[in-house]
Amino acid sequence: MLGQNEEGIKKRMKGRVLKNKIMMGMFFLATSVGLVFLVLLFYRVLTQGIGYLSWDYLTSGPAPYPEEAGIWIGMIGSIMLMVIVAIFSVIVGVASAIYLEEYASQNKFTEFIRVNISNLAGVPSIVFGLLGLTFFVYMFNFGYTLIAGGLTMALLILPVIVVSAQEALRSVPIDLHQASLGMGASKWQTIARVILPAALPGILTGTIIALSRAIGETAPLIIVGAATAIYTLPDSLLAKYTVMPIQIYNWTGRPQEEWQFVAGAGIIILLAVLLLMNSIAVFIRNKFQQRL
Amino acid sequence: MTKISEETQETRAGSITSKPIVEKKDKQQNRESKNVMQVEDLNLWYGSNQALYEINMDVPEKRVTAIIGPSGCGKSTFIKTLNRMVEMVPIVKTSGSIKYRDQDIFNGNFKQEYLRTKVGMVFQSPNPFPKSVYDNVAYGPRVHGIKKKEVLDEIVEKSLKDAAIWDELKDRLDANAYGLSGGQQQRVCIARALAVEPDVILMDEPTSSLDPISTSKVEELVQELKKKYSIIIVTHNMQQAARISDKTAFFLNGELVEFAETDDLFQNPQDKRTEDYITGRFG
Repeated sequence: MLGQNEEGIKKRMKGRVLKNKIMMGMFFLATSVGLVFLVLLFYRVLTQGIGYLSWDYLTSGPAPYPEEAGIWIGMIGSIMLMVIVAIFSVIVGVASAIYLEEYASQNKFTEFIRVNISNLAGVPSIVFGLLGLTFFVYMFNFGYTLIAGGLTMALLILPVIVVSAQEALRSVPIDLHQASLGMGASKWQTIARVILPAALPGILTGTIIALSRAIGETAPLIIVGAATAIYTLPDSLLAKYTVMPIQIYNWTGRPQEEWQFVAGAGIIILLAVLLLMNSIAVFIRNKFQQRL
Repeated sequence: MTKISEETQETRAGSITSKPIVEKKDKQQNRESKNVMQVEDLNLWYGSNQALYEINMDVPEKRVTAIIGPSGCGKSTFIKTLNRMVEMVPIVKTSGSIKYRDQDIFNGNFKQEYLRTKVGMVFQSPNPFPKSVYDNVAYGPRVHGIKKKEVLDEIVEKSLKDAAIWDELKDRLDANAYGLSGGQQQRVCIARALAVEPDVILMDEPTSSLDPISTSKVEELVQELKKKYSIIIVTHNMQQAARISDKTAFFLNGELVEFAETDDLFQNPQDKRTEDYITGRFG
């Protein structure tokens, strides 16, 4: 090699190989940090909560005694909230994404909107809680109800859904656009018959991941007034409600030690629901990726 | 659709000045029977880069017109301008006029959807939808509002027959088109284009991603199709142009250098640059 003798190359070789090993070790260490704490979390939650986990726990509501308390009201509340969130955020989010990707002309203004939607996805959830309090609770006069909480949560995950739907739409090959438009199909026909079906797996995956973020959120719901302890299921959109994270938060705040175990059992259920949702997302992604 | 027959269009934005000159009209009607598209003084820019310069070209009816030229000479851009597909790139600007059967395709009243129904396109690489063969071919008719199963069945069968692939696929109409070979996919795409009964078919290097056997099948097909359709085919393969086309246009650096009967162009090129290109001195 130019300007190098055999000896020099060999001498440097040692140092370079060593450096590589050190770097690899550091990267492994960084990965371990996350893994170790995840294992610790699972261990603690499982050992604390597993004793309280039973069919009764799943099917009963809050109670004055730890032995009788259950997650039922919170779990159903969470599911009802998610239905509202999903309906609202998917319709508005996908429609926005279609407009931005397919219809809007590419100029400075739309670029500005695009960047800001990504920024919105990073706004702290408590800020969305305050927004929901101002608009849905007071201005629209919904009060501390299921619909106010649902709409607030929908706003919170809307940017995530818009961004992931945009990415899904963008990943549909331009070939398919051209094929459809080339036969005299209108833009909307092309979107409805070709683009959306092809983008659907991506949109669904993004939506489920966004929803699983929402199901674990607590802060904005505290602001828009989810109840900490109610004993009946919400019977309308304008009923009081609670959700799993709020219920868990409430239990952890109590002084008696047993309540920590009740909360632990709640966390297990919440994690199970999250895991289920994420596996559905992975399943959809894998199943449809093979087709395309 | 508004018919613009005796109007000269100066720009695409269209300051339309009517000049009913009898002489010109007669001449045009003469040409009308033979030409399906007329390109006049076409310029095209991608942003500030000019890609096409003053193209003038009459596309004859029911014949195969080949467009040859080295990479980047504007041949694909030109063919995509004929069905306004080039406008999918947002920064494209054009001037001049293109007439499809005497209607200016850049006129605001002339709908892109109508143009593309009449001027169909087959693309460089096969691009079937991720649907069954049947749904692929039925896509166009469905888009245009045909819902009856019997009518669709008939169109699908006829189109696949016209694309010379019916015998291979008649038992596999429900199979996903993605599972077919490249050559079969391309002929399904041709069948799909035929299903909307276009008048002109644009083909943008339709055999460039196919093996020699599939290529010769598509070439034979083109010979069959010209009985019913006017075909414009872009190819980087000069032998292919010589084999299958009636007229050939040679593009270079965004200019139409020479446009003549295929035999004349290959045997007796008028322009030095054409001669250099077809004898392999560059490109």
